[in-house]
Amino acid sequence: MTTIVETGFKPRILVFSTNNISDPGIDLAGSRHMHYPAQVSTMSVPCSSGLKPGWILHAFEQGLDGVFIGSDGDECALLDDCGKRTGSIIAQAQELMKAKGIEPQRLKMAALCSVCAEPFVGYMREFSATLTKLGPISTAAPAAAVAS
Amino acid sequence: MSEQVDAGTGEGRRIGVFICHCGGNISDYVDVAKVRDALKDEPDVVVSETELFACSDGTQKEMVQAIKDKKLDGLVVASCSPKLHQITFQGVSKRADLNPYSYTQVNVREQCSWAHTDDHEGATEKAIGLVRAGVAKTRLSRPLEPLVVKTLPKTMVVGGGVAGLRAAIGLADIGLGVVIVERASTLGGWVAELGPMFPNEHSGREQIDFLIEEVAKRPSITILTDAELVSKSGSFGNYITEVRVKGQDQMVTAEVGTIVVATGFDTYQPEVGEFGYGIEGVLTLPEFTKLVDGSKGPLIYKDKPVRTIAYVYCVGNRQPAPGNEYCSKFCCAATVHASLKIAARDSELRQYHLHRDIRTYGKFELMYSESRERGSVYMKFPDETPPSVAKMADGRLAVTVVDTQTGNEELTLPADLVVLVTGMVPRKNQDLTSVLKLPVGVDGFYNEIHPKLRPVETVVAGVMIAGACQSPKTLSESVASGLAAVTQSAGILLKGFAELDPLVATVDTEACTGCTDKCLASCPYDAITTVDTDGRKVAEISAAVCKGCGGCVPICPENAIDLLGYTDAQMRASIDSLAKEPVS
Repeated sequence: MTTIVETGFKPRILVFSTNNISDPGIDLAGSRHMHYPAQVSTMSVPCSSGLKPGWILHAFEQGLDGVFIGSDGDECALLDDCGKRTGSIIAQAQELMKAKGIEPQRLKMAALCSVCAEPFVGYMREFSATLTKLGPISTAAPAAAVAS
Repeated sequence: MSEQVDAGTGEGRRIGVFICHCGGNISDYVDVAKVRDALKDEPDVVVSETELFACSDGTQKEMVQAIKDKKLDGLVVASCSPKLHQITFQGVSKRADLNPYSYTQVNVREQCSWAHTDDHEGATEKAIGLVRAGVAKTRLSRPLEPLVVKTLPKTMVVGGGVAGLRAAIGLADIGLGVVIVERASTLGGWVAELGPMFPNEHSGREQIDFLIEEVAKRPSITILTDAELVSKSGSFGNYITEVRVKGQDQMVTAEVGTIVVATGFDTYQPEVGEFGYGIEGVLTLPEFTKLVDGSKGPLIYKDKPVRTIAYVYCVGNRQPAPGNEYCSKFCCAATVHASLKIAARDSELRQYHLHRDIRTYGKFELMYSESRERGSVYMKFPDETPPSVAKMADGRLAVTVVDTQTGNEELTLPADLVVLVTGMVPRKNQDLTSVLKLPVGVDGFYNEIHPKLRPVETVVAGVMIAGACQSPKTLSESVASGLAAVTQSAGILLKGFAELDPLVATVDTEACTGCTDKCLASCPYDAITTVDTDGRKVAEISAAVCKGCGGCVPICPENAIDLLGYTDAQMRASIDSLAKEPVS
């Protein structure tokens, strides 16, 4: 049996959102005064297909505990295959994370629409809980990985 | 930018940071003074100030002066969502001869203070991180010039109701071509079915006929009825649309600069049993106005004279969630007006208005006064105790109501007719919504960018909304918003060209190895081509064709592509700033 120790750890989360679709959804959550942890910060880009896997890794290396990508999915006005592209970026980022011994659960993606205020707040609370259980990020490669 | 600036790191720049209180919208939850002080120590920040209202005229002028006096080469305003004031502060930059692309808006309201009203300390620390990230982005910004695109002097109006027709006339008069696309077989929408209306007692039909006549006088307006917009491609100022017209095999193609959506509303249909709906003599507001306008003399219903009418207000509106929480605005006035029309025909008629509060605002107030003078009785019931409607043994109706103005006494009123004052609901238009990618609000109506600052624009550039597809409106409000969409279209199209953000992808030709198969294949717009530079094959991106999605950026194996405004260096520097310990 494990004992949960109250450490006061609040995971810091970086959200990549998109200017025209998920960002208005996240704005709406605020406009409706819906609460999510204040350790969640958003950076907005035109389209989730333009994110570099290296940026995601960089965030972890800088000590952020989780990265969430609000993808445009089918809503994307710019790219028909946006969902597939963003999925491929996630897969590449997962590879980079694996090499550094970063738990795959620290990266999450979900399609977020321009009025997806409630889903966004739900994702953030859930993700924050998951990351709280995982504990603070450690980017040091595990011993086994170094040995191989 | 001065010569002391390091081109690679942006070190040596002179950045001004202004943190907005937004009255108290931000400063009630975020300690703005603490944010200001944290930013003061940030490298390259030469001004860090708080402002009560950064967007106010006076403050804008002060910011222009500060940029000039302190020779700023970068500007960061931490305030509301960039959807609201990015343009405002880019304008401040321009007026101060600062390149507008050296401006960064940091959203500390929608994405900070308002989302963390429960955690002031957390919100303050978050705001510091966000503003630092904005400074990091600005430090590495480059001066850019907007892209100029030609625009087509033509607007498509979707929906031929009162808002759409009035907009079409306005557009034609201002010198733009117009295509009206109406799904029904005739123009006019709901208003065409209405009888005499306040204040001139002209019928809805007469008003619509007048507009149709005016439309017919203008050869620059094309009308397509039995028609639906089915596709939209192209880009801002140059949209290519396809319209399906009933009975025609070929799609009608129209090239337009802007699109005004004026698709109107539907009426609320009560469930059977809702306030007795389904019992003979219980009518909705549209059913009742049709009965009034379609008859003469004292009212007769199903061959029986009507001696008493009870109106139950706010049916299907102002309900607790998940019901319709909004107010439909027109229904109080429409009901009072209908009751006046019938009172004029029958002085013996008894009318009881059971309401939560009467919202006959503006000139409609005159009708409300007149209605009381003519003997209508108004009873206010508590929100939590709505009236109930039942059929009595003699076939008449009985309405039971708690009247707050007589000490919450429960009264039962016999009535011959019960009118359920039903409001508007959003029209189901899933196909159009997805073709135009229109944002739908929580209440199901289309969303504008901002109800006061940008009331007819949507997040889809060049696509506007007008009339009751946006929210419940009275006729005059619908017409006003139709005319607002005219002005907005004119602003975009009459110049003949538009300036677009030059935030497009660029290739670092030094780093490009000329493999190009991956990047060429990644662009569905064919913006990337191969060119020879100094005898070397490299990729080139056309700024005019590029949509600025950045989809090619992660594809390049050499990291040779950057999206302006979101460069690799800017993104990494912003991430570094966010990751920094909030208070050092």
